[in-house]
Amino acid sequence: MPVDFNFMVGGEAGQGVQSVGFLLAKVFARGGYHVFADQDYESRVRGGHNFFRVRVSDSKVGAIAEDVDVLIALNIDSIELHQAEMATDGIIIFDGEKIKGVSGNHADFLSIPPEKLAEAKAGNKLMANTVALGAALAVVDYDLNTLSAVLVDHFGEGEVADRNIAAAKAGHDFVRPGHRSKSRRLKPLPEARRMLLTGNEAISLGAIAAGCKFMAAYPMTPASSIMEYVAAQSKDLGLVMVHTEDEIAAINMAIGAAYAGVRAMTATSGSGLCLMVEGIGLAGITETPIVIIDGQRPGPAVGLPTRTEQGDLQFVLHAHHGDFPRAVLAPATIEDAFWVMIKAFNWAERYQLPVIILTDQHLASSYATIDRLDLSEVTIDRGMLFSETDDDPSDYMRHRVTKSGVSPRAFPGLGKALVVTDCDEHDEKGHLTEHAEERTAQVQKRLRKSLPLSKEIGTPLKYGSRRAGTTLVGWGSTYGAMHEAVDILRKEGASINMLHLSELWPFPAKAMADALSKASNSYCIESNATGQLARLMKAETGHDVTRRILKFDGRPLTPAYIAEAVRKEGY
Amino acid sequence: MVARSDYAGLKPAWCPGCGNFGILNALNRALIDMKIKPHQVLLVSGIGQAGKLPHYTRGNVFNSLHGRPIPPAIGAKIANSELTVIAISGDGDAYGEGGNHFLHACRRNHDITYLVHNNQVYGLTKGQASPTSDVGFITKTTPYGAASPVNPIAVAIVSGASFVGRGFAGDIDHLANLIRNGISHRGFALIDILQPCVSFNHKNTFQWYKERVYKLEGEKYNPSDKRAALEKALEWGDKIPIGIIYEEDLPIYEDQLPALSREPLVGRGVDVAKVEILFTQFL
Ligand SMILES: Cc1ncc(C[n+]2csc(CCOP(=O)(O)OP(=O)(O)O)c2C)c(N)n1
Ligand code: SF4
Ligand SMILES: [Mg+2]
Repeated sequence: MPVDFNFMVGGEAGQGVQSVGFLLAKVFARGGYHVFADQDYESRVRGGHNFFRVRVSDSKVGAIAEDVDVLIALNIDSIELHQAEMATDGIIIFDGEKIKGVSGNHADFLSIPPEKLAEAKAGNKLMANTVALGAALAVVDYDLNTLSAVLVDHFGEGEVADRNIAAAKAGHDFVRPGHRSKSRRLKPLPEARRMLLTGNEAISLGAIAAGCKFMAAYPMTPASSIMEYVAAQSKDLGLVMVHTEDEIAAINMAIGAAYAGVRAMTATSGSGLCLMVEGIGLAGITETPIVIIDGQRPGPAVGLPTRTEQGDLQFVLHAHHGDFPRAVLAPATIEDAFWVMIKAFNWAERYQLPVIILTDQHLASSYATIDRLDLSEVTIDRGMLFSETDDDPSDYMRHRVTKSGVSPRAFPGLGKALVVTDCDEHDEKGHLTEHAEERTAQVQKRLRKSLPLSKEIGTPLKYGSRRAGTTLVGWGSTYGAMHEAVDILRKEGASINMLHLSELWPFPAKAMADALSKASNSYCIESNATGQLARLMKAETGHDVTRRILKFDGRPLTPAYIAEAVRKEGY
Repeated sequence: MVARSDYAGLKPAWCPGCGNFGILNALNRALIDMKIKPHQVLLVSGIGQAGKLPHYTRGNVFNSLHGRPIPPAIGAKIANSELTVIAISGDGDAYGEGGNHFLHACRRNHDITYLVHNNQVYGLTKGQASPTSDVGFITKTTPYGAASPVNPIAVAIVSGASFVGRGFAGDIDHLANLIRNGISHRGFALIDILQPCVSFNHKNTFQWYKERVYKLEGEKYNPSDKRAALEKALEWGDKIPIGIIYEEDLPIYEDQLPALSREPLVGRGVDVAKVEILFTQFL
């Protein structure tokens, strides 16, 4: 029997939902399982209702599943809100001392006294959550060795870790054999050295591995954790993260750093990107390489601050006035997020333009296990550079008109060449000009860079039957959910496959047109209200999708949701 | 040797008689006196008549958007701490469109010099009121008179700038000296420069300023006294002080960035071993 098991931790903000969820995920990741975990939280620091889902499997998983096998309810709301999601054999673990009047026939209930046990066995009732964690492992008959090691890593060796281990043991011991159902058993697997990380952590590591040395940003969910991670590493890794006064400063500061010769980036979400729009064009006309991360959340304006959406695609394709090239990438998975960053910096420098990365709250804050990243696969290409040994620096022209459109870069102060650039239209030397021919030459030169750039764009990912009656089309973070939906539907006998894009601009029009011409039915699957990819495809290929399956309630698309929607539309 | 010819740039497109010529001369003179070579300087400007200055001298130039010379100047300085970074704005650029950056650059005390050509009007867009226009100043966009002006000197002092000076485009020697002091100062140096606009400001003319400015250097004045500086900052009208109004030795923003305690960021590669250590933290 394949293992596909779901834990959920639910509670108020401030109750420790995140840390219990994370520790659970870590235990099974260490234990050799594949894990995918997501976080659902409200825009508040205390109260409300948050939950953390941890899916544990013995094969690769890239999405969440709805059925909950074990619910750790830190408050009564969690029981009331999630009872209906419980699997047939599911069990709800709750604090019977605090949560009274629990009833329902959706699941088995396990009442534990976490605070009492924490006080008695660990000497501190603040460790109640660890008691619950121990109990959760007991109901799946999983021993405490891995958790103990994880706790030592988490708290460092010493009394705090020891007490937490004692608390976990108290919870574990408390669970009687009757609650240790065989059907729920998660057997030990051979240990695997996989990494467990969030999308934002993958992005941050990607930036660091790509040699990014400067980040400027202004906090905004779901991008803030990139700032925080990079800032935390800045001392050891020798890089700088500036928390600026606003997003306008952030993008302009990053552009200044990039002009001066370091790899630079910024990260924000929709409203912040609105403020950054001027910088996209500034990078465009000054041909300054810059990487901009847009962690999408539902808009417009402040929208749903802590939730997810893919609503910025059309915005980032067009943000700014005038014509100039840009690249837009949208990582499909957490692992992809790392590699997309490497690519983004290389493209930004190779073609000297802004590269925009579209992620979303779901990808940003979900955890997945991935094989250890291999740094030897990382290549850094800083693009064409001016050499003062080969050429006379006094002849240097930052915006020299070349066949490819790419002008060799020099950096201010590193040689004798004067590096002059201007957000006004400029001549080849970078000085402002209103000359008609020079203007035309510069616009054409910049646009010429699109051609080699478009050749870098990979073909859309295909999965499923080679020839299928129905083709699902999607982009970005929905990859995992779509992939699994295809599996579900094929098991039912559907003739179905999928096309997925993570390199969106320059749009791979030919590859998409070819692929779509083979499908009799095409359903675009997107987390937005209008089918922004469907519109882009129509504009670029003329192909109209048959149906748009759209979800824009701020919650992530799941395999079951997609499968059900496809069934309804027919395949 | 640095010669005048090293700083010979393109022919200015300013109106004849504009105060900007004096500022250009003073800046060139300061750089030559300090023996700074053009390739060691980065001039970051915004948009406006002032923003064009970098093209009329020589150096590395990043002519940025309206209101935005400060952020890229900071980014470049952090990337390469060996550059002499000078940001250049008009009064609209600095105190209107770029007001937030101005405040925070003062507060964080970045190690750059900021020259603001303050003509109390929008020159390039043809004569609208600016944030520093005198109260009641009538222009096409303020037919009933401008509201009361910002006081950039006072704002800079209370916001934490460690060097605050005022110059006058009509006194090149004095201004060149002030710019030299600003560049030598370690920290954020604001130099607000009274700049007559002969085309659009018929109130605050060369003559008007000349009759009012007086030099602090000749006075019994201690620029490290913050309260006294604030009092000086409030002087405007019949008598307008020029010179170093406030100067203090304060830690700069870059001091608290551990990554900058070594060689400049630019040119540093990736420390693969350290990235591997980061990876292991996720196992
Ligand atoms: C975002 C933006 N808004 C408006 C303008 C138009 N504009 C150009 S210069 C300027 C004001 C110039 O005044 P100031 O900064 O005082 O410079 P001066 O020309 O007086 O030296 C304005 C409003 C612009 N270029 N960009
Ligand atoms: S408009 Fe005023 S500021 Fe602009 S160049 Fe003419 S005189 Fe100078
Ligand atoms: Mg002005």
